[in-house]
This record gives sequence, C-alpha cells and structure tokens, in this order.
Amino acid sequence: MHMLKIDNLHARVEGKEILKGLSLAVKPGEVHAIMGPNGAGKSTLGNVLAGRDGYEVTEGSVTFDGRDLLALEPEERAAVGVFLAFQYPVEIPGVNNTYFLRAALNAQRKFRGEAELDSMRFLKLVREKLKVMQISDELLHRAVNEGFSGGEKKRNEIFQMAVLEPKLAILDETDSGLDIDALKQVAEGVNALRSPDRSFVIVTHYQRLLDYIEPDFVHVLAGGRIVESGDKNLALKLEEQGYAWLADTHPELRKADLAGAPA
Amino acid sequence: MSNAPSPFVRAALDAAATLPSTGIAWLDAARAENLDAFAVTGLPEGRDEAWKYTPLRALSQRGFALADRAAAVAAIVDPALYALPGVDGGRVVFVDGAFRADLSSLDADGVEWTPLSGALSTHPEPLRFALANRYRRAAADAFAHLNAALSTDGLVLRISEGVALAKPLHIVHVSSGVQGDSAWHVRVLVEIGKYASAEIVEHFVSAGAAAQLGTLVSDVVAGEGARLGLVVVQDASVATTLVRRSHVRLDERAEVTLHALELGGALVRHEVSAELVGDGARFDSRGVFALSGRQHADTQLEIRHNARNTASDALWRGIADGRSRGVFRGAIVVSEGADGTDASLSNKNLLLSGQAEIDTKPELEIYADEVKAAHGATIGQLDERSLFYLRSRGIPLVQARSLLTLAFCRAVFESLPNEALREHLGELLVAHLPTSPAAE
Repeated sequence: MHMLKIDNLHARVEGKEILKGLSLAVKPGEVHAIMGPNGAGKSTLGNVLAGRDGYEVTEGSVTFDGRDLLALEPEERAAVGVFLAFQYPVEIPGVNNTYFLRAALNAQRKFRGEAELDSMRFLKLVREKLKVMQISDELLHRAVNEGFSGGEKKRNEIFQMAVLEPKLAILDETDSGLDIDALKQVAEGVNALRSPDRSFVIVTHYQRLLDYIEPDFVHVLAGGRIVESGDKNLALKLEEQGYAWLADTHPELRKADLAGAPA
Repeated sequence: MSNAPSPFVRAALDAAATLPSTGIAWLDAARAENLDAFAVTGLPEGRDEAWKYTPLRALSQRGFALADRAAAVAAIVDPALYALPGVDGGRVVFVDGAFRADLSSLDADGVEWTPLSGALSTHPEPLRFALANRYRRAAADAFAHLNAALSTDGLVLRISEGVALAKPLHIVHVSSGVQGDSAWHVRVLVEIGKYASAEIVEHFVSAGAAAQLGTLVSDVVAGEGARLGLVVVQDASVATTLVRRSHVRLDERAEVTLHALELGGALVRHEVSAELVGDGARFDSRGVFALSGRQHADTQLEIRHNARNTASDALWRGIADGRSRGVFRGAIVVSEGADGTDASLSNKNLLLSGQAEIDTKPELEIYADEVKAAHGATIGQLDERSLFYLRSRGIPLVQARSLLTLAFCRAVFESLPNEALREHLGELLVAHLPTSPAAE
C-alpha cells in the first residue's frame, strides 16, 4: 500500500508549466531523495504538495493515505500528516515560537478529533523533542524564526517536524546554505525521526546530505518529470557525472533542462 | 446652499433651547457664545483640512435631541458590561452622559472628585476658567463648541500633590441603548498634582445598539513630576457616533503615557493633543484601531514640544477590514526654543480587505535647533508567505490571520504595566478581529 501516490502531475506557476507529468509512489517508512538541476521543478513539487497558493495543478492526481490530497486546504494537509520543511523558513515577528507550535499541534489534533494538549503536557513534549534535536530552549522564547541564523531556521523546521510527528515529511532543499556541522545536526534530527510508519521525500540539489541520510530511492527530476530512478548509487553517479548524460537516454530533454550541474 | 442650517445644526439649536438657565451668568453666556459659534460654522466640511478624510455629510443630515436625563438616570445597566480585569481602584459611571451616583464608587485617599453637575450647583467659580475663558482663547472647532454649549454633566477629578494611587481609576461612559437618536455631551477636567501618580482608564461601552451621538471634551493637567497612565478603551456599539477631544498639558518632568484601543462605533474620532510645557516632560502614546464592516475611525494626534529636553514616543497601529475606513494624523510640533527635544512617531497600518481604506499622515514641524525627530507611516497587507507558513503547520486560515494581526499590534500593548488589563485588551482585540476571510 502506498502512502503517497503522485500520478502524471502537471502544475503551472504564473502561467508557466513547471511540472509536466511527474509520477512518484512512496510507501510507509521509505526515504526518497529527489535530485535535479536548477529549474527542474524541485521546489514546485514541495509547494504543490503543501498546497501553496499560486501553484495551479492542471492535470494528474495526488493521493495520500487514500485521500485526494489536492482537494485539501494547506492546514488540512498538515493535519492528515503532511509536513513541508521550507527552503526559506519565514520570520514572523510578534508570534512566539512556543505559542505558534502549540497552536499548530492543537489545531491538528482538533482536526483529527483528538484531545488538545494543555500547556503542561505540551511543554513536556517539547522538552523531550528539544533533547533529541539538541536545540537550546532559548529558541522557544523567541518569535518564530526571528533573528535566527540560517542553520537555526533549518533546525527549527526539523524541530517542528519532531513535535508535529507527520506521516510524510518533505524536505525542500533543507541542506542549502548549511555548513557541514549544521548539515550533520539536521541529518541527525531527521534520522532520529525515521520510523517504519514515517516517510521522507528529500528534495536536494547536492548529494552531500545523502551521505548522512541514506535514501532507499533516488530520483532525478528534470524537465518537470522524474526521468531516472535508482538506489543511492544514482546519487553518487550524479555527483561524479552531472546531469548531461541523461540526454542520451532522454532525447526529449532539452539542453537547458539539464544545465544546472550539482556542485 | 450653506444658508439653511442642516438638520444636525437645527436639532442642536432646538436641544439648546430645552436647556434651562444654569443660574450662573458667565456659564450661560459661555454656552450661548459657543452655540452661536457652532451655528455659524456648522459641521466641518470637506474643505476643512482637519476633516478631509472624515466626511460628515451623512451626519449633518441627522438630528439628535438631547438624551433624556431622567431616562438616563433610571436606565438599568448591568455593571458586568464594563467590568475590566485589573481595574479596581474605584469607578465613576455616566449613562447617556448623566452621572450615575448609584453605579459610581470612588473613595481613595488623595482623590477629590465631583460630578460636573454637582460642582456647578455648589461651587461653580473654580471652574470658570476651564469652562468659559478657555474657549475664547483656544481654536475650538464645531464639536468643541457643541460640547461647550450643551454639556451639563461630566467629571472634575483631582489627585492631590504627592499621592501615588495604588489602583487604577475607571471612568465609564455607557450608552444605555434605550434612547434612540439622542446625544450626550460630557466634559471632563482632570488634574494630577505635583509628583502624584495614577492610572486612569476611560472606557466606552454600549448596552444596546441605539444610534447615539456622544461628545467628550477632556482637559488633563499633569503637574510637575506627575506620572499618569491613561488608557482609553472604546468598545461602543457599531451604531455609535463618538467625537472626543483630549487635551493633555504636561508640566516640568511630568510623564504621561496613553494607551488607546479603538474597537467600536460607526463613526468615531479622537483628537489627542499633548502640550509639553515644562522642561523634561515626556509624553508616550500607543494605540490601535481595529475596524470592520463600515466603521470609520479617525485618530488625530498632535504633540507640541514647547519646552527644553522634552520627549515623546508615539506608536500607533491601524487595522481595517470589510469596507471600513481608518484615518490617522500624527503631528509633532517642536516650538522655537524647545532644544533637546527627542520625538518619534511610527504609524503602521494593515488592510485586511480590498475595500477597506486607511489614510495616514505623519507631520513634522520643527522650529528649534538640536532636535532629534523621526517619523514614518506604512500601509500594508498580511504577508502571504507568513500566512502559508502558519497554515502549512496546521493552523486554520482564520486563526492564522488573527495570529498575524495580533502580532502586528503587539508593540502597542507591550508597554502597558497593568498585566491583567494588558491581557484583557489583547483578548478584546482578538475578539474583534475578523472571524472569516476578508469578504469579497
């Protein structure tokens, strides 16, 4: 049984078609890495799955746990277990981090018909997760992401994920802009959350994150579609050879589709 | 066409004719003088710069009789209507502009007070300067004239020199809801003695949705070294027309902080003018209006630095949803010789709907050297990226909008030392925020 099934997905942003028939199937517990050159549609995929305004699906379907995911509002997608770790987490001055997270968790629980957590039980939960993520609780007293360093923002994303315990986590270039220590911390956080019931879709431009989070599958997204799938060795091949070789087996891809080589 | 008096003016003249003589010659003369002045000018019109963004055409077509005093005194009002957490230092209540002895209770050492109606019948002479002479000198506008001509009640409050009040005083203006298109006019005189300190909460509520007009003219004097925290909570019904003018004089090293929350009313205006006349005085002001439907709120802030080393910090926010309209004018005037002035003003506004409108106008007039002054105003919308971020974590749209809106106003209340009141005002604001996505 698939947790997530994306079938022939076409999506437009500002009138321009970015996803052109993307298909992907993810089972519970699996970790899928999606790599691809710049402009392939990697971030579009995450935004479409999370339900961001301005991303128009013109064809295809996305099924999550048997539901039509595209019919749900962003907050409903979160409540049924979809989490997007943002490439650029937003700073929200005036909204306290802890307050925000508790409001989010309780809104999700309410949607699922579960009892809301009072502040005592919530704080207990938060303390446990802080330990796992090695985040100082000073972060909790600040406004959401306000004045956070790049690394702190990304760790805060993973921390939110730890508290919200989604079924499916989509990491949108979470590794971008991180130094090696921050990258390791993020990877450790993700690895601590791996479980047979939880799946990950890790969208990345670079192979190096996959040194620390070992994927079950690696896919190449180019020209708005998955054009190649394999195991972790595919990532290594991309690291060595770039994307240009894909033109041999996929003559329909234009040169521009494969332009952005991984570093 | 301006020859024929408008229904508003006619009704005011009729109302004045029903007032009996006070038996005090100078007061009767002052009233007549103000009534004449009002009749000549009528309500301000669009070409009057001070009223440019608050048109009164619709109001000028309505007539208001004076609220009936006997009915106001007899009206049943539930005190729960105006209970405020953290405000328990005594209370003075006016219903439809009439002092209500039965609902008022204020007994604190160092506080002398009397309803204006009582003071006029026993000791009018000390009020002569405030009620008569002042208007001859000041540039009074139509509503100030109207208030002076028609107000028969109000409050005279004095905090004695050196007295530090432990608990906040509560001055409540209730619209009973039992009197339809009627008007009340209240006059308030407050004096904070030298080195005294106090917190005063001025509170407007409605028991019903009667379309009343209220005018309130307040004069506050903060003596040398006095400290005053002034909180305005305006939660009147959305049928209310409310025009207020507050003048605050600050003597040497006096410090006054104003916090204002404007939530209710159909058409409300608050003119705040602070005059820093003593060296080292400080006037801080924070306020927010949150409007929806077809509400119209207008805040006119004028801060005059007339002495050396005075300071002011103004931080105002506006939120407009639906088809509402908000107006803010913030003027800082630094007079010649007011060296060492440090003044800043910030006004930020949030439009929650495409039909709402906000007009903001910061002004700076500086006639002194060695002055630090900064001002700025912005109008914007809720940040879509922030909204999506909150929703992507499971927070429903409506809640996400109110979270961001409250965050936008947070700075306004942060400096309010009364914690119970601060929290309550935040909740009051949240309750007034739109509960559904902006219509249309």
